[in-house]
Amino acid sequence: MKLGQIVTALGCEVLSGQQRLDLEVQTGFAADLMSDVLASARRGDLLITGLSSAQSVHTAEVADMGAILLVGGRRPAEDALLIARRRDLPVLLTSRGMF
Amino acid sequence: MAGDVPLYRETFRIRGDDFERGGEVATHVKDLLKRFGLPPDVVRRVSIANFEAEMNVVMYAEEAELELLVFSDAIRVAVQDRGPGIADVAWALQEGHSTATEAMRARGFGAGLGLPNIRRHTDEFSIESAVGSGTTLRYVVRCGRPEGAS
Repeated sequence: MKLGQIVTALGCEVLSGQQRLDLEVQTGFAADLMSDVLASARRGDLLITGLSSAQSVHTAEVADMGAILLVGGRRPAEDALLIARRRDLPVLLTSRGMF
Repeated sequence: MAGDVPLYRETFRIRGDDFERGGEVATHVKDLLKRFGLPPDVVRRVSIANFEAEMNVVMYAEEAELELLVFSDAIRVAVQDRGPGIADVAWALQEGHSTATEAMRARGFGAGLGLPNIRRHTDEFSIESAVGSGTTLRYVVRCGRPEGAS
């Protein structure tokens, strides 16, 4: 489904990549341990995580993931968002929990 | 490696204990690698390995140098750190074995998957370590291996 549909369905705030909401994501990969992500996620997947640090952005970047959906409503630090914006990586924020 | 003369060579410094910047080198190197026309799968695999290696340095070592060599058909990396070293390498290489602290886990690391992840994504991998002095990882990612194979 498209990112834009996810934004609407979950009532997300779009923190980065506002112009990329047309992006199609096939699969979501939910994890809080970044090594789990690096072990199994595939290119273009949506990273669903409660980890709002710069490391989740770097993880999504090195694994060529499509976008990040942050759960739990915790706003990431500006430095993390700066990295995402600079690289055009969409970051969505929802206050809902992971499951 | 084709010809054994690299197309490109550069060394990067990774600072230990700098969680704010952990991952920056791997991401920067990934950008650089896109210039060489290597298959995206090869770039992705080495970037994942670089990221795990970088986070290990940030978590455990004082500092490290990541040496990158780009060949037309492969990427070779050596990560040499100054740090405590690993007492039992065989133990550390097993999935789920971790010496991470709670603070590290809060950052999303310490699943005990770092070294196994590097091994899984690369075609050659070796590790040498001396307690009290440091650890060196060397790995190679070659073109031509199908994605998903291990």
